[in-house]
Amino acid sequence: MHSIPAASTSERHPDPAWRGRVTTALVALLLLWPMLVASEFKPSLLFDVQSLTATGRFLADFFPPAHSPEFLALLLRETWQTVAIATSGLALALLGAIPATLVVTERLSVSRLGTGRMALPSRVVRQAVRWLLVLLRSVPELVWALLFVRIIGLGPTAGVLAIALTYCGMLGKVYAEILESSERHASDTLLANGASRLGALLYGALPESASELVSYTVYRWECAIRGSVVMGFVGAGGLGQRMDESMKMLAGGEVCAMLLVFVLLVAAADLVSKQLRKRLG
Amino acid sequence: MRATASGDTLSTGTPVYRLDGLSARHAGGTRAYALQDITLAVQAGEQIALIGPSGAGKTTLLATLSVGHAPDGGTFEAFGTDPWRLSDRARHKLRARLFLAPQTPPLPPRQRVVTAVLAARLPGWSLWQALVSLVRPADPEAAWRALSRFNLGDKLYARVDRLSGGERQRCGLARLLLSSAQALLVDEPLSALDPALSQLTLATLQQEAAARNAALVCSLHQVELALAHFPRIVALKEGRIVFDLPREQVTPAMIGELYLNEQPPANAPHPDDLPAKLAVGACL
Repeated sequence: MHSIPAASTSERHPDPAWRGRVTTALVALLLLWPMLVASEFKPSLLFDVQSLTATGRFLADFFPPAHSPEFLALLLRETWQTVAIATSGLALALLGAIPATLVVTERLSVSRLGTGRMALPSRVVRQAVRWLLVLLRSVPELVWALLFVRIIGLGPTAGVLAIALTYCGMLGKVYAEILESSERHASDTLLANGASRLGALLYGALPESASELVSYTVYRWECAIRGSVVMGFVGAGGLGQRMDESMKMLAGGEVCAMLLVFVLLVAAADLVSKQLRKRLG
Repeated sequence: MRATASGDTLSTGTPVYRLDGLSARHAGGTRAYALQDITLAVQAGEQIALIGPSGAGKTTLLATLSVGHAPDGGTFEAFGTDPWRLSDRARHKLRARLFLAPQTPPLPPRQRVVTAVLAARLPGWSLWQALVSLVRPADPEAAWRALSRFNLGDKLYARVDRLSGGERQRCGLARLLLSSAQALLVDEPLSALDPALSQLTLATLQQEAAARNAALVCSLHQVELALAHFPRIVALKEGRIVFDLPREQVTPAMIGELYLNEQPPANAPHPDDLPAKLAVGACL
């Protein structure tokens, strides 16, 4: 009763995606070459005799790392301040980023269910929040820090605010994109059965994305620590300010000790991220 | 007026669903019609089996009935109103009175069964209750009762990704038991179940629908089970209703005719096969 289609022996089946891939690869290469030229990328410069001697002298200055007790105590205090700046900056950024994520995520659009098009007011609000996030993260945190140091004065507050604003923009965008790239069946079904937006997010999208969200947040915390060091150079307190002073005094050993502290902090963040991912996933 | 389980009143005589000449296109922006000229009326308490070859439009019909897919033409009324003329908010409240159980269980793999099943209560919970229940399930006993009706009581605190396919499917149906919907739309609930479990599952679904006086529309591939359990059979083929009869009037010849020349659905493009998406998803 049923006819099974006969196996075809001589039909050709060219890959429809091939042309697009070749074109994309060529365009990428065409764009990459002028960019390398424009940035005057000449790696051979690193390896000529003059550069190597200068590097050698610079590095020799770093050893041994400073390890006097008063210096170590100072280092501990400043490290604690840097970690505090990064953590409070990130916490404030989360306060702004979480509501922004909820607004921007198109997955949670109720007006889009069934028709495939969002209602105009929803689209306008989403776009406005996206633009706000773009604005917040496009200004480098160093520039925010310079601005705040002028308004509030020297010290850690400027660093905290600068981190909060920039990272709010970054976290909001990436959280929304992580949520949108997770498997949509669970949250779509919950939404289709009448759950509220947040309910569908918490019960449908979050279990999938939780470990990516956490690992991105811990990575951003690491970046915040590095960022607060850079801002310390313009007076926002913490290890950065100390490093600036040590460099000006040409105390290579102290700089080396501070760099070692960074490596340890980043290693600790890595461990935390791994443990949290194991717990969540 | 007769009060239904969720407190909303449904005047006797108002059908739960009334479709008249309804047509709907495929999801994904193609212009082909998935459903054409569908005329159907479903009263509260009715139990209907939806049969038909693959690609006939059963899933699209269930999606339309659950107000998740906008029809293109014709009349569509759920609980006496046209949902697509309501405001977004009113339509979303209407969706809480319907429950669609899709064919693939909509359970996040890393979630625990108890949370996944209790998610049925979300339309009635405030945000705070939803948050608290994530941390500490609000009513694990109710979840346990629902799961044990499908022989899954011992999986209450297991993770969804540790369940087999059949167990996940029954979990999705346990969620249905905990919802307070008045129209239950079930898409192929038996595809991963053995014959004994299939009987148990169907019996439980029908018991629940009868207890709530809810309308049950269930799409099935197992025609013998459909004829054995459901009083009314609706057959779809190529997007149209072929027959809509009480089971006593369905003959084997009609079933044979329905599934004759069952071709693989060449005319229904999958949304991911559209040219715009090929280059992105396919190259990575």
